[in-house]
Amino acid sequence: MRAITYERAVGATDAARAVATRPGAMFLAGGTTLVDLMKIDVLTPDTVVDVRPLGLSSIDVSDEAIAIGAAVSNSQLAWHPVVRDRFPVLAEALLSGATTQIRNMATVAGNLLQRTRCPYFRDVHASCNRRQPGSGCDALTGFNRGHAVLGVSEQCIATHPSDMCVALVVLDAEVRTLLPDGTTRSIPFGDVHRSPGDTPHLEVALEHGELITHVVIPSLPAARRSRYLKVRDRASYEFALASAAVVLDLDGDTIRAARLGLGGVATRPWRAAEAERSLAGRSASDEAFRDAAELALAGASAREHNHFKIELAKRTIVRAFAAAREATP
Amino acid sequence: MPTTLRVNDTVHDLALDSRVTLLDALREGLGLTGTKKGCDQGACGACTVILDGARVLSCLTLAAACEGRHVVTIEGLANGDELHPMQAAFLHCDGFQCGYCTPGQILSAVCAVQEVQAGVPSHVTGNVRQMVDAATLTDEEIRERMSGNLCRCGAYANIVAAVRSVLAAEVRS
Repeated sequence: MRAITYERAVGATDAARAVATRPGAMFLAGGTTLVDLMKIDVLTPDTVVDVRPLGLSSIDVSDEAIAIGAAVSNSQLAWHPVVRDRFPVLAEALLSGATTQIRNMATVAGNLLQRTRCPYFRDVHASCNRRQPGSGCDALTGFNRGHAVLGVSEQCIATHPSDMCVALVVLDAEVRTLLPDGTTRSIPFGDVHRSPGDTPHLEVALEHGELITHVVIPSLPAARRSRYLKVRDRASYEFALASAAVVLDLDGDTIRAARLGLGGVATRPWRAAEAERSLAGRSASDEAFRDAAELALAGASAREHNHFKIELAKRTIVRAFAAAREATP
Repeated sequence: MPTTLRVNDTVHDLALDSRVTLLDALREGLGLTGTKKGCDQGACGACTVILDGARVLSCLTLAAACEGRHVVTIEGLANGDELHPMQAAFLHCDGFQCGYCTPGQILSAVCAVQEVQAGVPSHVTGNVRQMVDAATLTDEEIRERMSGNLCRCGAYANIVAAVRSVLAAEVRS
């Protein structure tokens, strides 16, 4: 690990400014991504600004929304009774990720900003456009079994690893931030993560030094009937090969509206809008779910080792919707 | 940088490089070698400690970020010569072979029991709205809740038995 200056944040605007004014500075929260990647020289900040002392660790519930502090731990959020009751898809997504130790450390904002698990990104001796722009991508022709089939480019096919983000993107969450000049803004969750395109190193639509303060989930009564289904190589403590976050709004057997997010198969938390629209007005049958799954994966593009993910994702979608259909709202 | 760590109810003033992890501060700085370094990258759980009441990985925690917080290590679990019930259960159930992962397993198990007592769900709890019940907790639940602690000797069956015996004793009391 390279030498670092450790600073404890005393005020949110000061923290944002402390990072903004130094190109080599980064925010530190739970450390499960940053400390890990600092140890293997993938991230080499010269300064880390610890934002945990800022607080930002409460969950404020109202009838209109749930406002989640950026430093709320993944455990705290998953175990919150209102989250479990109103947004089971979010509790299930969180509980399916990592382990209790890591969920106790990892924060909501840190989960949102976590980096890909692509082995070539994590190996400083490999070529990786995301880590080192213009160096190439060893995953394109390498061992790409875990890689994405949606939102890929010729520059990068790295999978976004988060489970939580897949739930938050279908819940139309908003990300509240504080800019170094003291102003705030609100970004729709679906606009935070960028597809790699020609600039895979630009992962999120945040400025250097822009501090996430809250994630806000607006009220969604239909989300009481929501599920997260994750398929992976091991029963526990493994990233998704494919996952689906679904919300079903039913009128008897007829679908009023549906929402579908995908994980494990895309370069960013993926929302399948066309598939969602195809379900409105149809009966909640496996056939309708399969048709939606076909639409959701219609634009998929596989490499040598990850072709299986296309069919796996479709089956995951059908099973997730079927589970939501059977769920008690 | 000067760092004050409160470990097992004792306050220590240390001068540490900012890069030092809590794991290395405990082992190298304080000589508390009960906390083990396994993978040193957040994968194995051997370095598990309890920080402000929650189980965490000390290998991914900077010591500087623990200023003013309370750390419990395996050395702080027993009451003098009287073992903590989870330590006794691991002995009784033979929940280890080489013993290297055992301190992390025991600290993790202590917290897992507290979490079950609080009723919070895990990934294998069918309905996240329900409170789990210690009296009817399945082996699958114990395995999921302990999945952050790897055991290369494969003592898992006896580890599950140890956790179950402590849960059962808590239910009885």
